Amino acid sequence: MDSSVKRREFLHGARDTVPMIVGAIPFGILFGALATSAGLSFYATMAMSLFVFAGSSQFVAATLIGQGVGIAVIVMTTFIVNLRHALYSASLGPTFKGLKQKWLVPLGFFLTDETYAVVIKRVNESPDSTNHHWYCLGSSLAMYGNWQLCTVIGITAGNALENLSSWGLEIAMIVTFIGIVVPLITRFPMLVASVVAVSVALLTREMAHNFGLIVASVAGVTAGYLAELYSGRIDARSEYQGE
Amino acid sequence: MIVKNFLLIFLMMLVTFGVRYPVLALVGRYDLPEPLKRALRFVPVAVLSALCAPMVLIQDNQWALSFSNVYLIASIVAILVAWKSRHLLLTIVVGMLVFTTLKLAGFG
Repeated sequence: MDSSVKRREFLHGARDTVPMIVGAIPFGILFGALATSAGLSFYATMAMSLFVFAGSSQFVAATLIGQGVGIAVIVMTTFIVNLRHALYSASLGPTFKGLKQKWLVPLGFFLTDETYAVVIKRVNESPDSTNHHWYCLGSSLAMYGNWQLCTVIGITAGNALENLSSWGLEIAMIVTFIGIVVPLITRFPMLVASVVAVSVALLTREMAHNFGLIVASVAGVTAGYLAELYSGRIDARSEYQGE
Repeated sequence: MIVKNFLLIFLMMLVTFGVRYPVLALVGRYDLPEPLKRALRFVPVAVLSALCAPMVLIQDNQWALSFSNVYLIASIVAILVAWKSRHLLLTIVVGMLVFTTLKLAGFG
């Protein structure tokens, strides 16, 4: 009985991740193509997808390698681009409280934007479930398997198709994130968080190593929280709706 | 070259895992203060908005606020679809279709 519940959560997590996978496919293919044309070997490109497993930072790294930028700067940029995951970890931390290291290590390793978005939605919808870690693992492995497959396809297709990177495959990531964010904006403070994050991201886009991303994220979170505090004084009832 | 690339990948792995895992492990041991928990609810909206906006509105280091910016048109359509339908897969598919169609039709 217990193990069938776990299996069901695992499969549920994988199933709910399917739309994210559709959005990640073009992006993974683009990464494979870009990395090989930047001079990485088949094995180095695969190793990056297998061991780093962080789409947008892999993408930035491949671009920087192509420009001949040194290791220290690439590692630094990777760190800053991925800093947002610390916010995801902090947000999911209470859900995974009390789990053993054998769970926390893989769940940490596999934590992507997509898996975070799917899992936090699930946690908000069914806060009482004790099997969120199985759900998260299902989502993680679905994303991971797909990412490896797409990297292989990208490496192969990159050699066969000219200028794959000029096709604008980034649009897949953009519309995926739009599809995640827009339904979450059910309350005024959420809209404030989004608008402030967008504005600060645009203003700070010239900052080195994409540091603007983390500045904009923190600004958005802070603005949303403050908006909630102040709107809560005006209308305490509507505040908790949609949570 | 090979050694250098594998060193690079190893270090990228370290910093990425070093960002994702420690907070997950630490937060699990302590109870976060309530205000911080409430603030963290804004994480997905803020981070993903910040990630997308420059990709849509800036092209070749320039503001691209015209209708010849295919990313902008596809994004506006995707926002409308997401808002009306609240359906993730539909949003992704329509957004990608609009983008591809406009590109093939010679816009942008």
